[in-house]
Amino acid sequence: MSAPHGGYYLPDPSHWPILGSIGLFSIFLGSATWLNGASAGGLIIGFGIAVFLFMLFGWFGTVIRESVTGTYNHQVDVSFRWGMFWFIVSEVMFFGGFFGALFYSRILSVQWLGGAGDGFATHQFLWPDFVPDWPMTVMPDPSKWTVYREVIPAIGVPLLNTIILVSSSFTVTFGHWALKKGNRRAQSWWLFVTLALGFTFVGIQATEYVHAYHELGLTLHSGIYGTTFFMLTGFHGLHVTIGATMLTVIWLRSLSGHFTPENHFGFEAVAWYWHFVDVVWLFLFTFVYWL
Amino acid sequence: MSQAVAHGHDDHSHLPAGWKRWLFTTNHKDIGTLYLSFALIMFFIGGAMAMIIRLELLEPGVQYVDPTFFNSMTTMHALVMIFGVVMPGTVGFANWLIPMMIGSPDMALPRMNNWSFWILPFAFTLLLGSLFLPGGGPAGGWTMYPPLMLQTGFALPFVIFAVHFLGASSIMGSINIIATIFNMRAPGMTFMRLPLFVWTWLITSFLLIATIPVLAGAVTMLLTDKYFGTSFFNAAGGGDPVLFQHVFWFFGHPEVYILILPSFGIVSQILPTFSRKPLFGYESMVYATASIAFLSFFVWAHHMFTVGMPLAGELFFMYATMSIAVPTGVKVFNWVATMWRGSMTFETPMLWAISFVVLFTIGGFSGLMLGITPADFQYHDTYFVVAHFHYVLVTGAVFGMIGGVYYWLPKWTGHMYDETLGKIHFWVSVISVNLLFFPQHFLGLAGMPRRIPDYAVQFTEWNQISSIGGFVFGASQLIFLYLIIRCIRGGAKATDQVWEGAHGLEWTLPSPPPYHSFTTPPQVTDAVAHS
Ligand code: HEM
Ligand SMILES: [Cu+2]
Repeated sequence: MSAPHGGYYLPDPSHWPILGSIGLFSIFLGSATWLNGASAGGLIIGFGIAVFLFMLFGWFGTVIRESVTGTYNHQVDVSFRWGMFWFIVSEVMFFGGFFGALFYSRILSVQWLGGAGDGFATHQFLWPDFVPDWPMTVMPDPSKWTVYREVIPAIGVPLLNTIILVSSSFTVTFGHWALKKGNRRAQSWWLFVTLALGFTFVGIQATEYVHAYHELGLTLHSGIYGTTFFMLTGFHGLHVTIGATMLTVIWLRSLSGHFTPENHFGFEAVAWYWHFVDVVWLFLFTFVYWL
Repeated sequence: MSQAVAHGHDDHSHLPAGWKRWLFTTNHKDIGTLYLSFALIMFFIGGAMAMIIRLELLEPGVQYVDPTFFNSMTTMHALVMIFGVVMPGTVGFANWLIPMMIGSPDMALPRMNNWSFWILPFAFTLLLGSLFLPGGGPAGGWTMYPPLMLQTGFALPFVIFAVHFLGASSIMGSINIIATIFNMRAPGMTFMRLPLFVWTWLITSFLLIATIPVLAGAVTMLLTDKYFGTSFFNAAGGGDPVLFQHVFWFFGHPEVYILILPSFGIVSQILPTFSRKPLFGYESMVYATASIAFLSFFVWAHHMFTVGMPLAGELFFMYATMSIAVPTGVKVFNWVATMWRGSMTFETPMLWAISFVVLFTIGGFSGLMLGITPADFQYHDTYFVVAHFHYVLVTGAVFGMIGGVYYWLPKWTGHMYDETLGKIHFWVSVISVNLLFFPQHFLGLAGMPRRIPDYAVQFTEWNQISSIGGFVFGASQLIFLYLIIRCIRGGAKATDQVWEGAHGLEWTLPSPPPYHSFTTPPQVTDAVAHS
């Protein structure tokens, strides 16, 4: 069983994937219906989320049961590792697309709109008052896009959030060290601290959004600055929420003693994800808030 | 519940029967069959749309369909053929073949394998269903450029979510393939012994993982621009519609290699078998494939030469595009050199493979013409581009896949297909496909724009020839369908090796192979490898 090529592990047929498809399909169908203005959309979304969550519990439940009963050999463990690794790579590319949009807008297209390069007259007839600065102080068409009074400075709450998230990357590593030494108490405590820091980050980010919307007038409608700001930080916040939720699961599993110093892929997968979320934040902090 | 399969275990009395088998399966062969069948069905749906397009273009003027419907046919035809035929079809080959070729019992992540397939029917329900919404399906082109695409009615969110959904399937599929190739190889199956088909899929998977998320980002931006007030692509808010094109083609160009690389692999398996010689320049094939994939990330703006880029950009993307011709040339050279002085025979798979080499190369040449910036100013958005990508996609990617079906069908089903019928299918297809697409070069050079239901009268004759070629090509695929069904149901018993010159692990297994390909890993030596 444990020899890399001796006995292979092959799961039985499974009904979880098809439930996952039904769940996602309903979520997409409901969202599309809702975006088209039909109120039934909400119901379909709700149904989809319920099915999807049921699938997650069932599927992961099965995997966890198989893992703790020792069904998996080393080969399966390695397959899981490659799976998680390449999943994170794909997530990196997703953020890459949005960072690309940020750099393109900020460095090239806003400048061109202001007359840089050989497009000196680009805005002169339509929007003569446009000034190509970043953050933009004047919208090309102020009638459609709201101008913010201020943007969120890097030194302040974003810096605090940076400290929180970076420390949480350390605490999760301390948890891993404790796990490898077989110290379950310390491992669970470090995990708890990590997920608490994670949710604190999300909470702070949420209050920042409220502040931006209500006091600074910085919204999704604030032209390309508001667009890139909220889409990048928003998708990141979503990933932190998912990561912190996964940490919660791992914490509960750690409390029930699922992990051994030799066998704890679930723990490591979440830890990798958490580091990924952290690194994305460092890029956000640098290019969205700071520079 | 689950089981650990020990040596030689192959008792499947506990497997669900009937539809449950297909719905819940975690077996690479079942899933491969599902993928391939799905692709075949979609091939006929997408084909029907193409027939509508060619029917309307039989004469100048607008006669059979409403122009918006025509545009939604061109849009849907492309989306169905790309995401519904070539991508799932090549994943079907990967599922069936990779475990057999590397000597493993199954894919690395069998449950996820089921999910990546079973997303497809749902995603296509969203996509094809949008045709029946008030206002019709999406008609802004498969490239979905804003601001035009943002004028889509009810269909817009359906298309966007379908793309997200399909993307999830592709990502899971490619993660699975990478994990399988990295982790499930039999002892002795080193990387440089992998059959070329496995290599091309490994590299394709990297391309998918790197670019599908970017496409997901691009369509997400469309969605938020339309419904949530963002201004990625709206200059009035400081955005830029050209941004979409950059993000889209960063995905889009690697995507064309995602479509073609697996067929490169298939052809690289077929040619040595029927030339009775090992593949010429195996290592250079691997490196050429990797270079093509790597370079494909730096050429995307050759789709945007006319959009108004700085001169430095135009030049950079022109030279980068040209440079891909070098590794592509290496591949074509190696294919020809494989056949050179071989003891060639011309069974149906070989005919498709040889026509692939010739016709794909024509598409590659027209690609080079398009890659010359000043020339592209003339060709862009004309039928010349349509001719180019159909040569590389139909006579390239699709011909490769059809050749692959003929090549492995006896292995998969255990029966020989009808060789005469196969040859008829080939000759009718290869003549009609050239009738269909070659005249489109002339039309394009003469200035006929793409994606328009009407045209100036001087284009009539070539369009009629093209349409007739199209109808014949479409009809000849029914022979293919009939042949496949007949072969599944019965036929002469296939031997294990099937083809006299075939080498590689899959040919050491019985035809059809056991449910779990290799439950005891074979020992791979140089003699077994390198078909
Ligand atoms: C020698 C290699 C190739 C070169 C130099 C090349 C070059 C180009 C260029 C410059 C264009 C843009 C033309 C225009 O819109 O004005 C183009 C379009 C296209 N190419 Fe290629 N190409 C090559 C190979 C391929 C391959 C292998 C495939 C697919 C298997 C492919 C699929 C396409 C498609 C689908 C389009 C049209 C996209 C659209 O606008 O809808 N090309 N090619
Ligand atoms: Cu391209």
